[in-house]
Amino acid sequence: MFKILKKEPLNPTVTRMVIEAPLIARKAKAGQFIILRASEDGERIPLTIAGYDREAGTVDIIFQIVGATTMELNALNEGDSLPDFVGPLGKATEIEGLKKVAIVGGGVGCAIALPVAQALHEAGAVVHSIVGFRNKDLVILEDDFNACSDRVCMMTDDGSYGQKGVVTVALEQLIQEGNEYDEVIAIGPVIMMKFVCLTTKKYNIKTVISMNPIMVDGTGMCGGCRLTVGGETKFACVDGPDFDGHLVDFDEAMKRGAMYRDFEAHKREEACNLFKKEAE
Amino acid sequence: MAQRNMSPTKCPMPSLAPDYRNKVFEEVATGYTYEMAVEEARRCLHCKNKPCVTACPVQIDIPAFIEKVANEDMEGAFEILNKQSSLPAVCGRVCPQETQCESKCVRGIKGEPVGIGRLERFVADWHREHNAEKPVPPASNGHKVAVIGAGPAGLTCAGDLARMGYKVTIYEALHVAGGVLSYGIPEFRLPKAIVNSEVDNLRALGVDIETDMVIGKVLTIDELFDDMGFEAVFIGSGAGLPRFMGIPGESLKGVYSANEFLTRINLMKAYLPDSKTPIRHGNRVAVVGGGNVAMDAARCAKRLGAEEVYIVYRRGMQELPARREEVEHAEEEGIIFKTLTNPVEVLGYNNPEDPRDPRNGEVVGMKCVEMELGEPDASGRRRPIVKEGSEFTLDIDTMIMALGTSPNPLIRSTTPGLDADRHGCIITKGEDGLTSREGVYAGGDAVTGAATVILAMGAGKNAAAAIDEYIKSKN
Repeated sequence: MFKILKKEPLNPTVTRMVIEAPLIARKAKAGQFIILRASEDGERIPLTIAGYDREAGTVDIIFQIVGATTMELNALNEGDSLPDFVGPLGKATEIEGLKKVAIVGGGVGCAIALPVAQALHEAGAVVHSIVGFRNKDLVILEDDFNACSDRVCMMTDDGSYGQKGVVTVALEQLIQEGNEYDEVIAIGPVIMMKFVCLTTKKYNIKTVISMNPIMVDGTGMCGGCRLTVGGETKFACVDGPDFDGHLVDFDEAMKRGAMYRDFEAHKREEACNLFKKEAE
Repeated sequence: MAQRNMSPTKCPMPSLAPDYRNKVFEEVATGYTYEMAVEEARRCLHCKNKPCVTACPVQIDIPAFIEKVANEDMEGAFEILNKQSSLPAVCGRVCPQETQCESKCVRGIKGEPVGIGRLERFVADWHREHNAEKPVPPASNGHKVAVIGAGPAGLTCAGDLARMGYKVTIYEALHVAGGVLSYGIPEFRLPKAIVNSEVDNLRALGVDIETDMVIGKVLTIDELFDDMGFEAVFIGSGAGLPRFMGIPGESLKGVYSANEFLTRINLMKAYLPDSKTPIRHGNRVAVVGGGNVAMDAARCAKRLGAEEVYIVYRRGMQELPARREEVEHAEEEGIIFKTLTNPVEVLGYNNPEDPRDPRNGEVVGMKCVEMELGEPDASGRRRPIVKEGSEFTLDIDTMIMALGTSPNPLIRSTTPGLDADRHGCIITKGEDGLTSREGVYAGGDAVTGAATVILAMGAGKNAAAAIDEYIKSKN
């Protein structure tokens, strides 16, 4: 069992949890993920590691409450335990040799981008972070990004905080100002990563993206997480989750991501009703 | 000695009616009654040279256990089975007896062989139902061995070592033990309660099973030796990496690997109405491949409510690699066999008017070609050749690829000095499973590529003996 040591809401739909998992904390690296189940009969879901403390033996997860399983997870409290917490899975983000990097995070994807930004900062790289949210209420981890970035561009879709617009607007501005990046690392909704890649392609800047597809085992067995990269089939769980964004077939990935949309909507409704009943 | 039964045929296996069972996940074969088991046991001739034993990968003393059944000493029969096999209730159900023990049975020369598998199953089930006593751990010899993977190879190796007094820890990547017995073989062929009971017996023997541990990631093999104090390691990590065909459209919505489809159903219980794991309930399903896994996937799809389920296989009925019994069960349940057929493209829905149409990217069909059999190839089987101009489209909404699996790459990619061949199979020196690393043994599908439960068990057994010898020689 894996104890929840700390739970805090980062915004109304995003929660951070600190999980006691000393073996995983010893090995975790930025860019890797874990698989958890929130209950004994629960679904296995992958979440990218949002932070870790090797000495304290803890791993942080940050998740958006979108489906039945994340609702179930969010219903747990400090002191409760997760039956399963497996990792660290996937390959770590490669940061060696990078001197100047633009980190692009979208929504809850910022939680995954943050440890990468921190690792780069610690390695002495110049870090420019572009973080995008729908509106001011959904902004998360602002202080953390300020602490590890040489420059932060805060973007909101409606302009209620920071600059109005999408992340690609800020990215293009920075590039046109003359910033020469060794690499752009983009983590967020698939559609955002697609457009970041279209932007960087124009300037021929290497771009790494992190996929978070549907998965069951996370060790290369089910093939549910497969995607097409440069015409080849790859498994996000063992070949990724990071890939060269200029080679990824994002349109296909978006369609596959919607495979269980009806089931999810139905389960979410069921879960909502259940929680409502419990509250009554 | 009881009266011998000279019937030329086996006592038939009672099973659920096809049109009932193809809608439920209950076990298809319901098992012999006490009287049937005794009757069938009396067909054994007790040959002196025991040809059946030579064809058993774990060398069970078959005539001896059958004699006990014939004399109605079921517990005595179980003790004989249990000496050689940690998982008799499993083997009695899923072993291909027709190509092993039963293929050598003298009664099979003029008639049907003795139903050895059915008797093994009966005895194991009888023991489970009538003897609540758990095995007792033997005195510890103070030596520690780590086993990677709680599938048939790992469970067998761990069981044998534990009986010799070793302190064994099994590391399992998934959240339950059993390996392919839990995630792969469906409930209707191997009830999970039986797997759990066999695993519980190992725990009672003192075997520690740590789930959620992906060796190669959370701990490496080097750390098992250096930090954790294990003196030997057995790798039974299986062959879990699914193969795809490499044809256009394989990533469309509704195309599964058999591994994913079966894992969702068996491990995650997606067939139950209150499951939290989604599964697609296709209406017209094509399963590509002709092995046991293909039969399992097809029969699961039927049970999820599909109207038409096809087995699409490029060779003929005679060449199907699945067990005869599985093919017959599938046919009885209404699975349609499209043999001498090969898919060349998966077709997807596309609404050019509306790129946001949620149906875009859904499987709607499969373009196939007809095949004919030519000259035998290197494997000795007649090579399938495409018939010119035979292209046709099969309307389907779900496609399941059951084309075999390759060994899981996680261990070999994280263990320096562990040699594997170009297929990813770990290389071992002969029967005992020693790898290119001292103290590291391997067996089962991780070494052979996808094979059978019993061969994996045999490898686990041989490795356990070799590990015992190795540790004794060092001390």
